[in-house]
Amino acid sequence: MTLIVRRAAYRTAMFVLALGLVVLIWETYKAVGPADGGKLLGVRILPRTSEYAMPHVWDMFQRFSRPEVRGSDRTVFSSVLAGAWYSFRLSVAGFVLGGAVGVGLAVLMARFKLVQRGVLPYLVVSQTVPLIALAPLVVSWGGKLEVGPFVWPRWLSASVLGAFLAFFPIAVGTLRGLAAAPAASVELMQSYAASWGKTLVKLKFPTAVPYMVPAFRLGASASVIGVVVAEISTGLKGGIGRLIIEYAREATGDPAKVYTAIFGAAALGLTMAGVVVAVDVFVMRNRPKESIS
Amino acid sequence: MKKRSVRVAFAGIAALSLFVAACGGSDEAADEVTEETTAEATEEAAETCTTPTPVKLQLQWFIQAQFAGYFAAQDQGFYADQCLDVTIVEGGVDIVPQTELANGNVDFAISWVSKALASREAGANIVNIAQVFQRSGTLQVSFKDQNITKPEDFAGKKIGNWGYGNEFEIFAALTKAGLDPAKDVTLVQQQFDMVGLLSGDIDAAEAMTYNEYAQVLEAVNPDTGALYTADDFNVVSYEEAGVGMLQDAIWASGERLASDAAYADTAAKFVAASLQGWAFCRDNVEACRDIVLAKGSKLGASHQLWQMNEVNKLIWPAANGVGFIDEAAWTRTATLSQETKNLEGGTVLTKAPDAEAYTNDIVTKALDILAGLGVDTSGSAYAPIEVTLNEGGN
Repeated sequence: MTLIVRRAAYRTAMFVLALGLVVLIWETYKAVGPADGGKLLGVRILPRTSEYAMPHVWDMFQRFSRPEVRGSDRTVFSSVLAGAWYSFRLSVAGFVLGGAVGVGLAVLMARFKLVQRGVLPYLVVSQTVPLIALAPLVVSWGGKLEVGPFVWPRWLSASVLGAFLAFFPIAVGTLRGLAAAPAASVELMQSYAASWGKTLVKLKFPTAVPYMVPAFRLGASASVIGVVVAEISTGLKGGIGRLIIEYAREATGDPAKVYTAIFGAAALGLTMAGVVVAVDVFVMRNRPKESIS
Repeated sequence: MKKRSVRVAFAGIAALSLFVAACGGSDEAADEVTEETTAEATEEAAETCTTPTPVKLQLQWFIQAQFAGYFAAQDQGFYADQCLDVTIVEGGVDIVPQTELANGNVDFAISWVSKALASREAGANIVNIAQVFQRSGTLQVSFKDQNITKPEDFAGKKIGNWGYGNEFEIFAALTKAGLDPAKDVTLVQQQFDMVGLLSGDIDAAEAMTYNEYAQVLEAVNPDTGALYTADDFNVVSYEEAGVGMLQDAIWASGERLASDAAYADTAAKFVAASLQGWAFCRDNVEACRDIVLAKGSKLGASHQLWQMNEVNKLIWPAANGVGFIDEAAWTRTATLSQETKNLEGGTVLTKAPDAEAYTNDIVTKALDILAGLGVDTSGSAYAPIEVTLNEGGN
């Protein structure tokens, strides 16, 4: 136990140290870098150090405590927090949706080689469609969808776009995992006359877990990206993506403010990945260390 | 060992269902901008009408004073008075109001005339039913020392433009001044803020009177430590240069106008109540700022007041009555859209828009309704207020 605690403390220390290093590099460059940036053959290769291009780190953090608009008692911090929480819930919805579709597809592809050969190339192609081209379409389709009492809420479009990015790594990772069961074990199951479904549940899924966890982690951060980009693209109110453009519009007068929303988005991505890791640790707590490859 | 693996698998499934449960929680998270207010409005109207007609209006962008008239009409119950239940849908970076309207997702949309005409030429059957902004609010802003006071002075300068169809007034002005956009100026793609101008990447930046121009006046001049003032800049107004193109107008579905008498009736009521909202904002500038702020705009109070005031200047006075489509301005916009070539040699329109692209029937009916209510629809006595901007627009 103490080993785990010590390792966690070490990791936290390294994380803080790395952050400190980034701040140090930022501020050092701002202090010594050329004010108008460096140009080589007319192409700017070094960024400017002006307040517009690189606000002081402490200015960014100071913005957190300011009221969002003058006279309101709502600070930028509480706005960013509320935005991140809203986007987090959309990302979780997108992640669950993407996870279900991804795992479902992987099982289908593992079961039927024909499906795998037919579907897999399309999965790859699907990821080359730019999200911002898709976003207005999804909003538009969603706006038309009305099945009985169910009316497509606008936030669902953002979640669907999150799912669209999340399902791909999950499908591919799970598919690889399902194929990873040792041949000897598969033969053993066959010798028991175990059905395909039984083999899937008792053997293939458990052996797939070490492949699925990193895939889910990728899917989680992909879902966050999908949701944030969709929020920016469709102007969905309430989330961190919307805050980023709202604050970016004030960049002329207050260049440091937009960074608060960007920090919020970064924290959101880290939280999502953290949740997946926590679930992983919880699920794997009884598994002997050596069996995790 | 095997048993454990199974437990792991089940725990995984359990964890997934936990996520599903968490997802269920976000159902309540959907917060529609207008829900509460429309509910309120419906209540007020309950005395005069039993079932208000639901109407959806698509904006071009987020909530800001540029759309104050519609929010005021909602807030002051003008829509409810006309027995309408209006939901105002905000725009986004990739949301095209004309497309939303043509798709039938919304009933009415706000759009610039040239862009909407391009959509119409591409097959979207949409019709201009009220020209809310009578004048163009586009400027080209530059520092005094650049000496750019008219389009002729653009020669040899770095001219910022937004692209996406927002650049045609610049090209029209260049053409009119006898300059070749490809050779005589350097065109620079401009971000939606004014940092490019302030840091010297752009000599003259494109700006709306009601938004970007205010942004530079809210920024601190590093040389003096105080805010920039109007004296630091030269401004070229495209309206004054004779190449102004019509901007914010209310568009409706041409198909439904022709086939659906109830929709045409709703359109007249909707336009009437919207214009009543704009008249309210003309006479109550600060109240309209507060309405916009209360809707959750993130831009500061002084910025919104500035925007409200500048938008009023684009609408009032309206000689023919607010919303009336002036044939001369319409023709000028259409002609400029056909004749002005951008860098790629393209024009907004390839041929003149057909006669059905706009109608004054709806707005005439609407103005009649407003005359009955005693609303001043010409604003001949309109005088703008003086607005002091604070740092960052707060």
